[in-house]
Amino acid sequence: MNAVANYNFAYLDEQTKRMIRRAILKAVAIPGYQVPFSSREMPMPYGWGTGGVQVTASIIGPDDVLKVIDQGADDTTNAVSIRAFFAKVAQVQTTTHTAEATIIQTRHRIPERKLEAGQILVYQVPIPEPLRFLEPRETETRKMHALEEYGLMHVKLYEDIARHGRIATTYAYPVKVEGRYVMDPSPTPKFDNPKMHRSEALQLFGAGREHRIYAVPPHTDVVSLDFEDHPFEIQHFEHPCALCGAEQVYLDEVILDDRGGHMYVCSDTDHCEERREAGHVGVLGMQEAAE
Amino acid sequence: MLSHDFGAGFADPVVDAQAAFRAFLDALANPGTQQKLAGSSDGSAALGRELASTLLTLSDHDTTIWLSPALDVDAVKGFVGFHTGASVVDDPAKANFAFVALGDAMPELARCNLGTQEYPDRSTTIVVEVPALDGGAELVLRGPGIRETQAISPVGLPADFVAQWGENRELFPRGVDLLLVAGGQVMGLPRSSRIVEA
Ligand SMILES: [Zn+2]
Repeated sequence: MNAVANYNFAYLDEQTKRMIRRAILKAVAIPGYQVPFSSREMPMPYGWGTGGVQVTASIIGPDDVLKVIDQGADDTTNAVSIRAFFAKVAQVQTTTHTAEATIIQTRHRIPERKLEAGQILVYQVPIPEPLRFLEPRETETRKMHALEEYGLMHVKLYEDIARHGRIATTYAYPVKVEGRYVMDPSPTPKFDNPKMHRSEALQLFGAGREHRIYAVPPHTDVVSLDFEDHPFEIQHFEHPCALCGAEQVYLDEVILDDRGGHMYVCSDTDHCEERREAGHVGVLGMQEAAE
Repeated sequence: MLSHDFGAGFADPVVDAQAAFRAFLDALANPGTQQKLAGSSDGSAALGRELASTLLTLSDHDTTIWLSPALDVDAVKGFVGFHTGASVVDDPAKANFAFVALGDAMPELARCNLGTQEYPDRSTTIVVEVPALDGGAELVLRGPGIRETQAISPVGLPADFVAQWGENRELFPRGVDLLLVAGGQVMGLPRSSRIVEA
């Protein structure tokens, strides 16, 4: 990360914050619509979620408590760096506990713990346009959104069914917001789509390279696209978390050795730790205890 | 000229603008609720504290603003020019923000910039100083940001407001957004809100 000497509070200058804040307010008023904004250079590469960082920098205040996750983990390089960045440029308190955070910036996952009123979830979005792979021209996708022409999207999903017998998309699975805009929920696994539906929290999305901000206010309908004969389904995991025994959570495969040994554990590390602290034990945790 | 000729800006411009922005964000994300507009500027004699805070937080030389007749005076235009650099326009249809002083009539919603189908975000945000956010006729809202319904009773809306808002809602995703301010509080009515009972 480059030097961030002589920065304003939260790094961005006030003029930039005002521009981004105006875009955020319009995004909230038009749920699911992508508001263009003039993205700024941040002292980190684009792949690091500069859109999310700019949104967080524009909303954060001295009383906020910030959590940053990459996949579901607080301790990856990306999450640690962004958290350290805001601790330095905005002197805010940071946390790894979902319940304590007022702002949660995320790259992929939505925490397993139900978010509460007053919390803001900020997504780092690489590709905000759900129609991009159907139509590369921005002028055309804008027209399609304007006219609510989403037939091609359904055709694409149906082709999936024809080819694979099911909708094969597992990440960035398109949703319809409040019955109007089709929206890309960023590279979250489709497992998390139902958590966006009528969430108590405000959800803000920032795409730095693509210069777009969009939003889902609390209590807003977010419905995954599907078909009557092929309804939307989330991923199911056969085993509970090996460490904490949690079921109905998103699991990551962890390789244990070079002989093919592996286990499935919570992707949300905070959720897993809290469960273990509360005394929940998974299969592997039991072995450890027995050894 | 000295800044106090135009009234003071924020005591702490960075922190106060952030706090005020969060009030606007919470107001529009939770339509019909009242949010404390912290970090108020004193404004000037002709410009109430809440309108002054809104101006300072959201406008700058990239924005166009329309001022209602009571605000269309040198003291306020001086405040706007000195503290924000925003261009004052004579037609709400050209304005990013329309500011309406206590007692002045709100511009007809349809006369403001309603945005386009491709760029609905380019519409006007109307900021209206009302006598009170409670105590008027009850309206019941539904829409994004509202769990079931939200009752509001602001005082001082135009007599035909319910009809005007209904037409505005029909234009969705086009349409204006409304911020009502009074007594150090702000209430938001984004275009997505529907008045279901009046
Ligand atoms: Zn676990």
